[in-house]
Amino acid sequence: MSIASRYPRRRTGEPGRRGWLDRRGRLGYGLVGAVGFLLVWELGSRAGAINEFFFSRPTAIVAAGMVEVQVPRFWDDVRRSLTEFLVGYGLAIAVGVPVGLLTGWFRRLQYSLDPWLNFLNSIPRFALLPVIVIATGLGMWSVIVVAFLGAVLAIIIPTIQGVRTVDRRFLDVASSFGASRPRLFATVVAPATVPFMVSGLRLGIGRALIGVVTGELFAATGGLGHMIKRASDTLQTDKLLFGVLIFTFAGIILVEAVRRLEARVQRWRPVRQGAAA
Amino acid sequence: MTTGGMALRARGVQFTYIDPTTHDRLVAIEHIDLEIPEGQFVSIVGPSGCGKSTFLKIVNGLLPDYQGEIEVLQRRSEGSAHAMVFQDAALFPWFSILANVAYGLRCRGIPSKVANERAMPFIRMVGLEGFEAKYPYQLSGGMQQRANLARALTVDPEILLMDEPFAALDAQTRELMQAELLRIWAEARKTVLFITHQIDEAIYLSDRVLVMSARPGRLLADIPIDLPRPRELRIKRTPGFTALADQIWELITPQIRPDVPAAD
Repeated sequence: MSIASRYPRRRTGEPGRRGWLDRRGRLGYGLVGAVGFLLVWELGSRAGAINEFFFSRPTAIVAAGMVEVQVPRFWDDVRRSLTEFLVGYGLAIAVGVPVGLLTGWFRRLQYSLDPWLNFLNSIPRFALLPVIVIATGLGMWSVIVVAFLGAVLAIIIPTIQGVRTVDRRFLDVASSFGASRPRLFATVVAPATVPFMVSGLRLGIGRALIGVVTGELFAATGGLGHMIKRASDTLQTDKLLFGVLIFTFAGIILVEAVRRLEARVQRWRPVRQGAAA
Repeated sequence: MTTGGMALRARGVQFTYIDPTTHDRLVAIEHIDLEIPEGQFVSIVGPSGCGKSTFLKIVNGLLPDYQGEIEVLQRRSEGSAHAMVFQDAALFPWFSILANVAYGLRCRGIPSKVANERAMPFIRMVGLEGFEAKYPYQLSGGMQQRANLARALTVDPEILLMDEPFAALDAQTRELMQAELLRIWAEARKTVLFITHQIDEAIYLSDRVLVMSARPGRLLADIPIDLPRPRELRIKRTPGFTALADQIWELITPQIRPDVPAAD
Protein backbone atom coordinates (compact mmCIF):
# COMPACT_ATOMS: atom_id res chain seq x y z
CA MET A 1 0.00 0.00 0.00
CA SER A 2 1.30 3.40 -0.83
CA ILE A 3 1.45 6.11 1.75
CA ALA A 4 -0.86 8.28 -0.30
CA SER A 5 -3.77 5.95 0.22
CA ARG A 6 -3.29 5.80 3.96
CA TYR A 7 -3.35 9.54 4.24
CA PRO A 8 -6.17 10.58 1.98
CA ARG A 9 -5.59 13.84 0.29
CA ARG A 10 -7.41 16.73 1.85
CA ARG A 11 -9.98 18.24 -0.36
CA THR A 12 -8.69 21.58 -1.49
CA GLY A 13 -11.56 23.73 -2.61
CA GLU A 14 -11.21 27.03 -4.38
CA PRO A 15 -10.51 29.74 -1.82
CA GLY A 16 -13.37 31.96 -3.00
CA ARG A 17 -15.88 29.17 -2.71
CA ARG A 18 -14.69 28.21 0.74
CA GLY A 19 -15.06 31.79 1.91
CA TRP A 20 -18.60 31.80 0.64
CA LEU A 21 -19.39 28.53 2.43
CA ASP A 22 -17.87 29.86 5.62
CA ARG A 23 -19.92 32.98 5.39
CA ARG A 24 -23.10 31.04 4.72
CA GLY A 25 -22.34 28.67 7.58
CA ARG A 26 -21.72 31.56 9.92
CA LEU A 27 -24.91 33.34 8.95
CA GLY A 28 -26.87 30.10 9.22
CA TYR A 29 -25.65 29.29 12.72
CA GLY A 30 -26.13 32.89 13.78
CA LEU A 31 -29.72 32.75 12.59
CA VAL A 32 -30.32 29.44 14.37
CA GLY A 33 -28.90 30.92 17.58
CA ALA A 34 -30.93 34.11 17.42
CA VAL A 35 -34.22 32.58 16.31
CA GLY A 36 -33.80 29.66 18.70
CA PHE A 37 -33.34 31.99 21.66
CA LEU A 38 -36.43 34.04 20.73
CA LEU A 39 -38.45 30.86 20.22
CA VAL A 40 -37.50 29.43 23.62
CA TRP A 41 -38.34 32.76 25.23
CA GLU A 42 -41.70 33.01 23.47
CA LEU A 43 -42.76 29.41 24.03
CA GLY A 44 -41.41 29.32 27.58
CA SER A 45 -43.39 32.42 28.40
CA ARG A 46 -46.58 31.04 26.81
CA ALA A 47 -46.17 27.72 28.64
CA GLY A 48 -45.71 29.57 31.92
CA ALA A 49 -42.11 28.38 32.46
CA ILE A 50 -40.87 31.97 32.15
CA ASN A 51 -42.62 34.62 34.19
CA GLU A 52 -44.17 36.90 31.60
CA PHE A 53 -44.71 39.59 34.19
CA PHE A 54 -40.96 40.04 34.68
CA PHE A 55 -39.57 39.07 31.32
CA SER A 56 -42.39 39.65 28.82
CA ARG A 57 -42.02 37.82 25.50
CA PRO A 58 -40.87 38.76 21.98
CA THR A 59 -44.31 39.08 20.40
CA ALA A 60 -45.57 41.20 23.28
CA ILE A 61 -42.57 43.51 22.94
CA VAL A 62 -43.21 43.90 19.21
CA ALA A 63 -46.90 44.55 19.88
CA ALA A 64 -46.06 47.15 22.53
CA GLY A 65 -43.68 48.76 20.06
CA MET A 66 -46.37 48.93 17.37
CA VAL A 67 -48.66 50.73 19.79
CA GLU A 68 -45.91 53.00 21.09
CA VAL A 69 -44.84 54.35 17.68
CA GLN A 70 -48.32 55.80 17.22
CA VAL A 71 -48.09 57.85 20.40
CA PRO A 72 -46.77 61.41 19.80
CA ARG A 73 -44.99 61.44 23.14
CA PHE A 74 -42.82 58.53 22.00
CA TRP A 75 -41.46 60.61 19.13
CA ASP A 76 -40.83 63.51 21.49
CA ASP A 77 -38.82 61.11 23.64
CA VAL A 78 -36.87 59.88 20.61
CA ARG A 79 -36.14 63.41 19.46
CA ARG A 80 -35.03 64.43 22.93
CA SER A 81 -32.73 61.44 23.47
CA LEU A 82 -31.24 61.87 20.03
CA THR A 83 -30.57 65.55 20.64
CA GLU A 84 -28.96 64.82 23.99
CA PHE A 85 -26.79 62.13 22.46
CA LEU A 86 -25.73 64.21 19.47
CA VAL A 87 -24.93 67.30 21.53
CA GLY A 88 -23.10 65.34 24.25
CA TYR A 89 -21.15 63.17 21.84
CA GLY A 90 -20.49 66.05 19.46
CA LEU A 91 -19.09 68.16 22.27
CA ALA A 92 -16.99 65.21 23.40
CA ILE A 93 -15.45 64.98 19.91
CA ALA A 94 -15.01 68.74 19.62
CA VAL A 95 -13.21 68.82 22.97
CA GLY A 96 -11.64 65.35 23.10
CA VAL A 97 -9.80 65.31 19.77
CA PRO A 98 -7.97 68.65 20.14
CA VAL A 99 -7.30 68.12 23.84
CA GLY A 100 -5.96 64.63 23.14
CA LEU A 101 -3.74 65.80 20.27
CA LEU A 102 -2.33 68.79 22.13
CA THR A 103 -1.87 66.89 25.38
CA GLY A 104 0.03 64.16 23.59
CA TRP A 105 2.14 66.67 21.69
CA PHE A 106 3.14 69.06 24.47
CA ARG A 107 4.95 67.12 27.16
CA ARG A 108 4.42 69.79 29.81
CA LEU A 109 0.70 69.96 29.14
CA GLN A 110 0.52 66.20 29.50
CA TYR A 111 2.34 66.25 32.83
CA SER A 112 -0.02 68.90 34.14
CA LEU A 113 -3.19 67.22 32.90
CA ASP A 114 -2.22 63.64 33.75
CA PRO A 115 -3.49 63.70 37.36
CA TRP A 116 -6.81 65.16 36.22
CA LEU A 117 -7.25 62.69 33.41
CA ASN A 118 -6.52 59.79 35.74
CA PHE A 119 -8.83 61.20 38.34
CA LEU A 120 -11.70 61.79 35.92
CA ASN A 121 -11.21 58.41 34.31
CA SER A 122 -11.33 56.60 37.66
CA ILE A 123 -14.23 58.48 39.15
CA PRO A 124 -17.58 56.69 38.87
CA ARG A 125 -19.13 59.38 36.70
CA PHE A 126 -22.69 58.51 37.58
CA ALA A 127 -21.99 59.21 41.21
CA LEU A 128 -21.54 62.79 40.06
CA LEU A 129 -25.08 62.85 38.72
CA PRO A 130 -26.57 64.52 41.82
CA VAL A 131 -23.97 67.26 41.60
CA ILE A 132 -24.66 67.71 37.90
CA VAL A 133 -28.39 67.91 38.56
CA ILE A 134 -27.82 70.54 41.23
CA ALA A 135 -25.70 72.51 38.80
CA THR A 136 -27.75 72.16 35.64
CA GLY A 137 -31.23 71.21 36.80
CA LEU A 138 -33.50 68.38 35.83
CA GLY A 139 -33.39 68.75 32.11
CA MET A 140 -31.58 68.04 28.90
CA TRP A 141 -28.36 69.69 30.01
CA SER A 142 -27.76 67.36 32.94
CA VAL A 143 -28.12 64.40 30.56
CA ILE A 144 -25.86 66.04 27.98
CA VAL A 145 -23.20 66.63 30.62
CA VAL A 146 -23.28 62.98 31.71
CA ALA A 147 -23.06 61.75 28.11
CA PHE A 148 -20.24 64.22 27.40
CA LEU A 149 -18.22 63.21 30.47
CA GLY A 150 -18.51 59.56 29.54
CA ALA A 151 -17.42 59.99 25.95
CA VAL A 152 -14.79 62.69 26.23
CA LEU A 153 -12.27 60.64 28.24
CA ALA A 154 -12.82 57.64 25.98
CA ILE A 155 -11.68 59.89 23.13
CA ILE A 156 -8.89 61.81 24.90
CA ILE A 157 -6.98 58.87 26.35
CA PRO A 158 -6.40 56.82 23.16
CA THR A 159 -5.64 60.02 21.22
CA ILE A 160 -2.85 60.91 23.66
CA GLN A 161 -1.57 57.36 23.34
CA GLY A 162 -1.60 57.70 19.55
CA VAL A 163 0.42 60.90 19.56
CA ARG A 164 2.94 59.45 21.99
CA THR A 165 3.55 56.35 19.88
CA VAL A 166 4.12 58.02 16.49
CA ASP A 167 6.93 56.18 14.74
CA ARG A 168 10.24 57.94 15.36
CA ARG A 169 11.31 57.32 11.75
CA PHE A 170 8.48 59.41 10.34
CA LEU A 171 9.39 62.30 12.61
CA ASP A 172 13.02 61.97 11.47
CA VAL A 173 12.00 62.03 7.81
CA ALA A 174 9.88 65.13 8.32
CA SER A 175 12.58 66.99 10.24
CA SER A 176 15.25 66.00 7.76
CA PHE A 177 13.22 67.76 5.07
CA GLY A 178 13.00 70.77 7.33
CA ALA A 179 9.30 70.47 8.18
CA SER A 180 8.12 73.19 10.54
CA ARG A 181 6.52 72.15 13.83
CA PRO A 182 2.97 72.86 12.62
CA ARG A 183 3.64 70.93 9.41
CA LEU A 184 5.15 68.04 11.36
CA PHE A 185 2.00 67.98 13.43
CA ALA A 186 -0.39 68.15 10.48
CA THR A 187 1.42 65.75 8.14
CA VAL A 188 2.81 63.18 10.56
CA VAL A 189 1.33 63.29 14.04
CA ALA A 190 -2.32 63.80 13.12
CA PRO A 191 -2.55 61.13 10.38
CA ALA A 192 -0.58 58.63 12.45
CA THR A 193 -3.01 59.17 15.33
CA VAL A 194 -6.18 58.63 13.30
CA PRO A 195 -6.52 54.90 14.11
CA PHE A 196 -6.32 55.69 17.82
CA MET A 197 -8.83 58.51 17.53
CA VAL A 198 -11.26 56.28 15.68
CA SER A 199 -11.11 53.62 18.37
CA GLY A 200 -11.77 56.38 20.88
CA LEU A 201 -14.76 57.52 18.83
CA ARG A 202 -16.11 53.98 18.79
CA LEU A 203 -15.66 53.58 22.53
CA GLY A 204 -17.19 57.00 23.07
CA ILE A 205 -20.46 56.00 21.38
CA GLY A 206 -21.14 53.35 24.01
CA ARG A 207 -20.15 55.68 26.84
CA ALA A 208 -22.35 58.49 25.53
CA LEU A 209 -25.34 56.16 25.07
CA ILE A 210 -24.95 54.82 28.61
CA GLY A 211 -24.75 58.42 29.75
CA VAL A 212 -28.02 59.27 27.98
CA VAL A 213 -29.86 56.27 29.43
CA THR A 214 -28.58 56.73 32.95
CA GLY A 215 -29.08 60.47 32.89
CA GLU A 216 -32.65 60.08 31.70
CA LEU A 217 -33.45 57.32 34.18
CA PHE A 218 -32.55 59.53 37.09
CA ALA A 219 -32.50 63.13 36.10
CA ALA A 220 -34.81 63.88 33.23
CA THR A 221 -38.38 64.72 32.47
CA GLY A 222 -38.40 63.06 29.07
CA GLY A 223 -36.45 60.97 26.59
CA LEU A 224 -36.31 57.25 25.92
CA GLY A 225 -34.59 56.55 29.24
CA HIS A 226 -37.45 58.36 30.91
CA MET A 227 -39.90 56.29 28.87
CA ILE A 228 -38.18 53.15 30.21
CA LYS A 229 -38.57 54.54 33.70
CA ARG A 230 -42.26 55.31 33.17
CA ALA A 231 -42.84 51.81 31.81
CA SER A 232 -41.02 50.36 34.78
CA ASP A 233 -43.05 52.43 37.25
CA THR A 234 -46.22 51.08 35.71
CA LEU A 235 -44.84 47.53 35.38
CA GLN A 236 -45.12 47.47 31.58
CA THR A 237 -42.21 45.13 30.92
CA ASP A 238 -42.94 44.88 27.19
CA LYS A 239 -42.80 48.65 26.71
CA LEU A 240 -39.68 48.83 28.88
CA LEU A 241 -37.88 46.23 26.79
CA PHE A 242 -38.97 47.98 23.62
CA GLY A 243 -37.11 51.05 24.88
CA VAL A 244 -34.03 48.96 25.64
CA LEU A 245 -34.23 47.51 22.14
CA ILE A 246 -34.17 50.98 20.60
CA PHE A 247 -30.98 51.87 22.48
CA THR A 248 -29.41 48.60 21.41
CA PHE A 249 -30.13 49.22 17.74
CA ALA A 250 -28.97 52.82 18.03
CA GLY A 251 -25.64 51.55 19.38
CA ILE A 252 -25.26 49.00 16.59
CA ILE A 253 -26.07 51.55 13.87
CA LEU A 254 -23.75 54.21 15.29
CA VAL A 255 -20.80 51.84 15.68
CA GLU A 256 -21.32 50.69 12.11
CA ALA A 257 -21.35 54.34 10.99
CA VAL A 258 -17.99 54.92 12.68
CA ARG A 259 -16.63 51.76 11.08
CA ARG A 260 -17.58 53.13 7.64
CA LEU A 261 -16.02 56.47 8.47
CA GLU A 262 -12.88 54.61 9.54
CA ALA A 263 -12.68 52.74 6.23
CA ARG A 264 -13.10 56.06 4.44
CA VAL A 265 -10.39 58.00 6.25
CA GLN A 266 -7.96 55.09 6.23
CA ARG A 267 -7.84 54.18 2.57
CA TRP A 268 -4.05 54.27 2.94
CA ARG A 269 -4.14 51.18 5.14
CA PRO A 270 -3.97 47.76 3.54
CA VAL A 271 -7.33 45.99 3.68
CA ARG A 272 -7.10 43.20 6.20
CA GLN A 273 -8.95 40.06 5.23
CA GLY A 274 -11.61 39.08 7.73
CA ALA A 275 -11.09 42.22 9.77
CA ALA A 276 -14.75 43.13 9.53
CA ALA A 277 -17.46 41.77 11.83
CA MET B 1 31.06 78.60 3.92
CA THR B 2 34.29 77.72 2.25
CA THR B 3 34.21 74.16 1.13
CA GLY B 4 36.87 74.57 -1.59
CA GLY B 5 35.05 72.62 -4.28
CA MET B 6 34.13 69.95 -1.80
CA ALA B 7 30.50 68.89 -1.49
CA LEU B 8 31.19 67.84 2.08
CA ARG B 9 34.00 68.61 4.45
CA ALA B 10 34.07 67.12 7.95
CA ARG B 11 36.85 67.91 10.41
CA GLY B 12 37.39 66.17 13.74
CA VAL B 13 33.82 65.00 14.07
CA GLN B 14 33.18 63.30 17.36
CA PHE B 15 29.94 62.13 18.89
CA THR B 16 29.27 60.90 22.40
CA TYR B 17 25.98 59.97 23.97
CA ILE B 18 24.61 58.72 27.25
CA ASP B 19 23.26 55.18 27.10
CA PRO B 20 19.64 55.47 28.22
CA THR B 21 19.65 52.24 30.24
CA THR B 22 23.13 52.11 31.79
CA HIS B 23 23.74 55.90 31.87
CA ASP B 24 27.28 55.29 30.62
CA ARG B 25 28.98 57.81 28.41
CA LEU B 26 29.61 56.13 25.09
CA VAL B 27 31.78 57.40 22.29
CA ALA B 28 29.95 56.52 19.09
CA ILE B 29 32.32 58.35 16.78
CA GLU B 30 35.85 59.07 17.94
CA HIS B 31 37.23 61.11 15.11
CA ILE B 32 36.28 61.54 11.49
CA ASP B 33 37.99 63.72 8.90
CA LEU B 34 36.46 63.51 5.48
CA GLU B 35 36.32 65.43 2.25
CA ILE B 36 34.05 64.53 -0.62
CA PRO B 37 34.55 66.34 -3.94
CA GLU B 38 31.47 67.33 -5.89
CA GLY B 39 29.87 64.58 -7.92
CA GLN B 40 31.69 61.74 -6.17
CA PHE B 41 29.96 58.59 -4.99
CA VAL B 42 31.40 57.61 -1.61
CA SER B 43 30.41 54.65 0.56
CA ILE B 44 31.14 53.97 4.18
CA VAL B 45 31.28 50.33 5.24
CA GLY B 46 31.86 49.02 8.70
CA PRO B 47 30.69 46.48 11.25
CA SER B 48 27.26 46.82 12.85
CA GLY B 49 27.17 49.44 15.57
CA CYS B 50 30.25 51.28 14.33
CA GLY B 51 28.49 54.62 14.13
CA LYS B 52 28.21 54.93 10.36
CA SER B 53 24.49 55.69 10.50
CA THR B 54 25.17 58.09 13.34
CA PHE B 55 27.64 59.97 11.15
CA LEU B 56 25.05 60.22 8.40
CA LYS B 57 22.48 61.56 10.85
CA ILE B 58 24.97 64.18 11.99
CA VAL B 59 25.56 65.32 8.40
CA ASN B 60 21.80 65.37 7.92
CA GLY B 61 21.33 67.62 10.93
CA LEU B 62 19.31 65.13 12.95
CA LEU B 63 21.90 65.00 15.75
CA PRO B 64 22.96 68.57 16.50
CA ASP B 65 25.05 67.74 19.59
CA TYR B 66 28.25 66.68 17.84
CA GLN B 67 31.74 68.04 18.20
CA GLY B 68 33.92 69.10 15.29
CA GLU B 69 33.09 70.83 12.07
CA ILE B 70 30.88 69.90 9.18
CA GLU B 71 30.52 71.99 6.08
CA VAL B 72 28.14 71.13 3.30
CA LEU B 73 28.39 72.97 0.01
CA GLN B 74 25.44 75.20 -0.76
CA ARG B 75 25.74 76.95 -4.08
CA ARG B 76 22.22 78.16 -4.58
CA SER B 77 19.78 79.75 -2.24
CA GLU B 78 17.17 77.42 -3.62
CA GLY B 79 17.65 73.68 -3.22
CA SER B 80 18.79 71.86 -0.11
CA ALA B 81 22.30 71.25 1.05
CA HIS B 82 21.46 67.62 1.75
CA ALA B 83 18.63 65.11 1.55
CA MET B 84 18.37 61.69 3.08
CA VAL B 85 17.18 58.39 1.66
CA PHE B 86 16.15 56.43 4.71
CA GLN B 87 16.04 52.71 5.28
CA ASP B 88 12.83 50.77 4.71
CA ALA B 89 9.34 52.00 5.61
CA ALA B 90 10.25 55.66 5.57
CA LEU B 91 7.50 56.70 3.16
CA PHE B 92 4.48 58.20 4.88
CA PRO B 93 1.85 55.47 4.54
CA TRP B 94 -1.01 57.99 4.62
CA PHE B 95 0.20 59.92 1.56
CA SER B 96 0.11 58.91 -2.09
CA ILE B 97 3.43 58.33 -3.83
CA LEU B 98 3.15 61.75 -5.46
CA ALA B 99 2.49 63.49 -2.14
CA ASN B 100 5.42 61.61 -0.59
CA VAL B 101 7.80 62.61 -3.38
CA ALA B 102 6.62 66.24 -3.25
CA TYR B 103 6.90 66.34 0.56
CA GLY B 104 10.29 68.05 0.74
CA LEU B 105 9.12 70.84 -1.55
CA ARG B 106 5.92 71.28 0.46
CA CYS B 107 8.07 71.68 3.58
CA ARG B 108 9.59 74.75 1.93
CA GLY B 109 6.19 76.29 1.53
CA ILE B 110 5.85 75.54 -2.17
CA PRO B 111 2.15 75.20 -3.05
CA SER B 112 1.03 71.65 -3.70
CA LYS B 113 0.23 72.16 -7.38
CA VAL B 114 3.73 73.46 -8.15
CA ALA B 115 5.36 70.88 -5.87
CA ASN B 116 3.50 68.06 -7.64
CA GLU B 117 4.55 69.35 -11.04
CA ARG B 118 8.16 69.49 -9.96
CA ALA B 119 7.98 66.01 -8.42
CA MET B 120 6.75 64.31 -11.59
CA PRO B 121 10.07 64.33 -13.52
CA PHE B 122 11.72 62.54 -10.60
CA ILE B 123 8.92 59.99 -10.42
CA ARG B 124 9.61 59.33 -14.08
CA MET B 125 13.36 59.24 -13.45
CA VAL B 126 13.06 56.45 -10.91
CA GLY B 127 10.63 54.57 -13.14
CA LEU B 128 7.44 55.00 -11.12
CA GLU B 129 5.31 56.76 -13.70
CA GLY B 130 1.73 55.54 -13.42
CA PHE B 131 2.11 54.76 -9.70
CA GLU B 132 1.95 58.33 -8.40
CA ALA B 133 -1.62 57.96 -7.11
CA LYS B 134 -0.91 54.70 -5.25
CA TYR B 135 -0.33 54.42 -1.53
CA PRO B 136 3.00 53.00 -0.34
CA TYR B 137 1.50 49.69 0.83
CA GLN B 138 0.41 49.03 -2.74
CA LEU B 139 4.04 49.06 -3.93
CA SER B 140 6.76 46.43 -3.58
CA GLY B 141 9.77 47.08 -1.37
CA GLY B 142 11.95 47.93 -4.35
CA MET B 143 9.38 50.38 -5.72
CA GLN B 144 9.02 51.99 -2.31
CA GLN B 145 12.77 52.62 -2.25
CA ARG B 146 12.56 54.14 -5.73
CA ALA B 147 9.94 56.55 -4.37
CA ASN B 148 12.17 57.20 -1.36
CA LEU B 149 15.01 58.11 -3.72
CA ALA B 150 12.75 60.33 -5.82
CA ARG B 151 11.63 62.16 -2.68
CA ALA B 152 15.24 62.99 -1.82
CA LEU B 153 16.13 64.00 -5.38
CA THR B 154 13.12 66.31 -5.69
CA VAL B 155 14.59 68.85 -3.25
CA ASP B 156 17.65 69.05 -5.51
CA PRO B 157 20.24 68.47 -2.78
CA GLU B 158 23.96 69.13 -3.16
CA ILE B 159 24.64 65.84 -1.44
CA LEU B 160 22.44 62.79 -1.27
CA LEU B 161 22.72 60.83 1.97
CA MET B 162 21.70 57.18 1.77
CA ASP B 163 21.34 55.08 4.91
CA GLU B 164 21.41 51.40 3.94
CA PRO B 165 18.56 52.01 1.51
CA PHE B 166 18.55 48.49 0.11
CA ALA B 167 19.14 46.55 3.33
CA ALA B 168 15.54 45.36 3.61
CA LEU B 169 15.22 44.19 0.01
CA ASP B 170 15.61 40.61 -1.17
CA ALA B 171 18.93 39.77 -2.82
CA GLN B 172 17.72 39.94 -6.42
CA THR B 173 15.80 43.18 -6.02
CA ARG B 174 18.79 44.66 -4.24
CA GLU B 175 21.08 43.90 -7.20
CA LEU B 176 18.63 45.47 -9.64
CA MET B 177 18.23 48.52 -7.44
CA GLN B 178 22.01 48.96 -7.27
CA ALA B 179 22.16 49.07 -11.07
CA GLU B 180 19.17 51.43 -11.12
CA LEU B 181 20.84 53.71 -8.60
CA LEU B 182 23.92 54.02 -10.82
CA ARG B 183 21.73 54.88 -13.81
CA ILE B 184 19.86 57.53 -11.81
CA TRP B 185 23.10 58.84 -10.31
CA ALA B 186 24.56 59.33 -13.78
CA GLU B 187 21.41 61.16 -14.83
CA ALA B 188 20.99 63.31 -11.71
CA ARG B 189 24.72 64.09 -11.22
CA LYS B 190 24.67 64.19 -7.44
CA THR B 191 27.29 63.76 -4.79
CA VAL B 192 26.36 60.67 -2.79
CA LEU B 193 27.35 59.51 0.67
CA PHE B 194 26.15 55.93 0.97
CA ILE B 195 26.11 53.81 4.11
CA THR B 196 26.05 50.04 3.84
CA HIS B 197 27.35 46.93 5.53
CA GLN B 198 27.58 45.14 2.21
CA ILE B 199 31.08 45.27 0.80
CA ASP B 200 30.15 44.32 -2.76
CA GLU B 201 27.41 46.93 -2.82
CA ALA B 202 29.88 49.60 -1.71
CA ILE B 203 32.47 48.67 -4.34
CA TYR B 204 29.99 48.31 -7.16
CA LEU B 205 28.46 51.75 -6.57
CA SER B 206 31.36 53.90 -5.42
CA ASP B 207 34.28 55.98 -6.50
CA ARG B 208 35.70 55.60 -3.00
CA VAL B 209 35.00 53.20 -0.16
CA LEU B 210 35.73 54.29 3.39
CA VAL B 211 36.18 51.55 5.97
CA MET B 212 35.11 52.34 9.49
CA SER B 213 36.33 50.70 12.68
CA ALA B 214 34.18 49.17 15.37
CA ARG B 215 32.91 51.59 18.02
CA PRO B 216 34.29 54.12 18.78
CA GLY B 217 34.16 54.82 15.08
CA ARG B 218 37.17 56.01 13.12
CA LEU B 219 38.04 55.82 9.45
CA LEU B 220 40.49 52.95 8.94
CA ALA B 221 41.02 53.21 5.22
CA ASP B 222 40.09 55.21 2.17
CA ILE B 223 40.10 52.94 -0.85
CA PRO B 224 39.72 54.37 -4.35
CA ILE B 225 37.63 52.22 -6.68
CA ASP B 226 38.97 52.75 -10.17
CA LEU B 227 36.72 50.28 -11.95
CA PRO B 228 35.54 51.71 -15.27
CA ARG B 229 32.08 53.24 -15.56
CA PRO B 230 29.36 52.64 -16.60
CA ARG B 231 29.44 49.45 -14.58
CA GLU B 232 27.27 46.47 -15.23
CA LEU B 233 26.33 43.96 -12.54
CA ARG B 234 28.67 41.47 -14.24
CA ILE B 235 31.61 43.49 -12.96
CA LYS B 236 31.06 41.95 -9.53
CA ARG B 237 32.48 38.68 -10.85
CA THR B 238 35.71 40.13 -12.30
CA PRO B 239 39.08 39.52 -10.60
CA GLY B 240 39.68 43.24 -10.02
CA PHE B 241 36.41 43.48 -8.14
CA THR B 242 36.96 40.44 -5.95
CA ALA B 243 40.46 41.62 -5.10
CA LEU B 244 39.01 44.86 -3.77
CA ALA B 245 36.33 42.96 -1.85
CA ASP B 246 39.02 40.77 -0.25
CA GLN B 247 41.09 43.80 0.69
CA ILE B 248 38.13 45.48 2.42
CA TRP B 249 36.99 42.27 4.06
CA GLU B 250 40.47 41.85 5.56
CA LEU B 251 40.16 45.30 7.09
CA ILE B 252 36.72 44.71 8.53
CA THR B 253 37.09 41.17 9.90
CA PRO B 254 39.21 42.11 12.94
CA GLN B 255 36.66 44.82 13.73
CA ILE B 256 33.68 42.51 14.02
CA ARG B 257 32.92 41.67 17.60
CA PRO B 258 30.13 39.18 18.12
CA ASP B 259 29.20 40.76 21.44
CA VAL B 260 28.17 44.09 19.93
CA PRO B 261 24.43 44.43 19.42
CA ALA B 262 23.47 44.86 15.79
CA ALA B 263 21.66 48.17 16.05
CA ASP B 264 23.58 51.34 15.33
